[in-house]
Amino acid sequence: MKFKRLTLLAGHYGSGKTNIAVNLAFELKKQADRVAIGDLDIVNPYFRTKDSAQGLAEAGVSLICSPYANTNVDIPALPQEMYALTDDQTLHAIVDIGGDDRGALALGRYAPAILEENNYDMWLVVNRYRPLTSNVADTLEVMNEILVASKIPFTGIVNNSNLGADTTEETILSSVAYGQAVAEASGLPLIMTTVQQKFFESLKNKIPDLFPLGLQSRVFDKQ
Amino acid sequence: MADKVLMKGNEAIAEAAIMAGCRHYFGYPITPQTEIAAYMAKRMPKIGGVFLQAESEVAAINMVYGVSSTGKRVMTSSSSPGISLKSEGISYMAGADLPALIVNVQRGGPGLGGIQPSQSDYFQATRGSGHGDYHLIVLAPSSVQEMADLTIKGFDLGDKYRMPVMLLADGTMGQMMEPVSFDNVETKEYDKSWAVTGTKCERKHNIINSLYLKPEELEKENFARFERYKEIEANEAMYQEYKMDDAEICVVAFGIAARVAQNAIDAAREEGIKVGMIRPITLWPFPKAPMLAATDKVHTFISVEMSMGQMIEDIKLATECRRPVELCNRVGGMIPTPDEVLDSIRAAAQKGGNK
Repeated sequence: MKFKRLTLLAGHYGSGKTNIAVNLAFELKKQADRVAIGDLDIVNPYFRTKDSAQGLAEAGVSLICSPYANTNVDIPALPQEMYALTDDQTLHAIVDIGGDDRGALALGRYAPAILEENNYDMWLVVNRYRPLTSNVADTLEVMNEILVASKIPFTGIVNNSNLGADTTEETILSSVAYGQAVAEASGLPLIMTTVQQKFFESLKNKIPDLFPLGLQSRVFDKQ
Repeated sequence: MADKVLMKGNEAIAEAAIMAGCRHYFGYPITPQTEIAAYMAKRMPKIGGVFLQAESEVAAINMVYGVSSTGKRVMTSSSSPGISLKSEGISYMAGADLPALIVNVQRGGPGLGGIQPSQSDYFQATRGSGHGDYHLIVLAPSSVQEMADLTIKGFDLGDKYRMPVMLLADGTMGQMMEPVSFDNVETKEYDKSWAVTGTKCERKHNIINSLYLKPEELEKENFARFERYKEIEANEAMYQEYKMDDAEICVVAFGIAARVAQNAIDAAREEGIKVGMIRPITLWPFPKAPMLAATDKVHTFISVEMSMGQMIEDIKLATECRRPVELCNRVGGMIPTPDEVLDSIRAAAQKGGNK
């Protein structure tokens, strides 16, 4: 996979941006020396990049996020270090943007510098099993709302269609046409289809540009 | 919609409410339940419903009172501190025999507390929350699917018994995502001839009110209400048993804590410890019968909860104090780990019910 200096992940909330961001950071670290995740999510109180802090630190990926992530401080604050994303052009980064247009608002303040440098990708993460993005028209509506809020044009689509623990090969296979249709309707390339690691071997010859994702196990998931 | 969809718990509540015929939602934002309001804001205008962000929780619950008076299905949602604010209105609704679904996606307390998950509003939910003699039916989902199913059930129960119903979840249940199906949605219609819908000069007017000028009348209303509560206690208690057939230790846990406990029980079983779980799905009425029955074979009960032992009182009452009830808990926004629960189970196995 080829990365621009900044890879921005936006989409409907709950579409899987954070988990993809963490996995892409590990991938990016294979190609670049100084790698960071910028957590621009000022909307979501739980299940954040901070949950992966240990794994990221071990991989040598720096995590730039609100100092209040995973605490009880419920304010939409971002640290000044976040400006490194645009000011330090020797840094490669994956940027995890909050869900929907409300979450993407925070990106707007960095947009002028990102657009001026023009060394970015902005990918829309989509999941057809999310009820408010279950068809092309609704997905494009969300995409346009994010565009207005973030002021940064998209450059590709990431199909992350899944049903959580109920995901089967068929779940993923039957979502490929949706991913392609979203790409076609938006005039953007379908960058990849993302799947849980366990589906990768059996599907890699059936779905183009397949990318395997590791998942964090949580205490309340069935073990 | 596809057969199954992937939803946050909060979204599942909102969509299920719509499917149950709720077209009126009044709320005020508070973490970690704001997705309910956000979902309603997006969906209600598209289906001819009303989403209204009130100026406060107090205003929202009184709007709920108003809409319920007209016989329409109506919902509000909040998180712990917001439910405290709504409690006066909830008491008024109980006093006026008005149904509504009130959702509490709990966070840590007391006071402003925090935004991380908790179950410490157990007393508040099961002992009424506001003033006066009354109960709420309290439903405690343990999966996103149950968030949807119990939302629909909650509207039915509220209409059936003419009383407010609380869906008691926690922040993790609200925020987590799981597959959910709405294929088997069945909802019932109940007689609402009591509603204030205009007499058209064809009948005597209905009155929705919780004020009684004569104490004899107020007493009569209270007695009548508690006759209904008896009926609910006899008919509506819901629970799920897990590996209880040969259990000598019984874990009691609901909601997110029950999921953690189930992982611990599986691990303990691998060590040869005979442990099972009774998971209350209704917290009021509390499922007393299966717990009392379990005292014949169980030597110890363990209450696994994200509060300071609040559920222990109900377990002791249900089991008539025949067996010791131990506590395994985390509070303040912390979730117990399966290892912590496993340690409690091991300790109970070692003691074997000896104090």
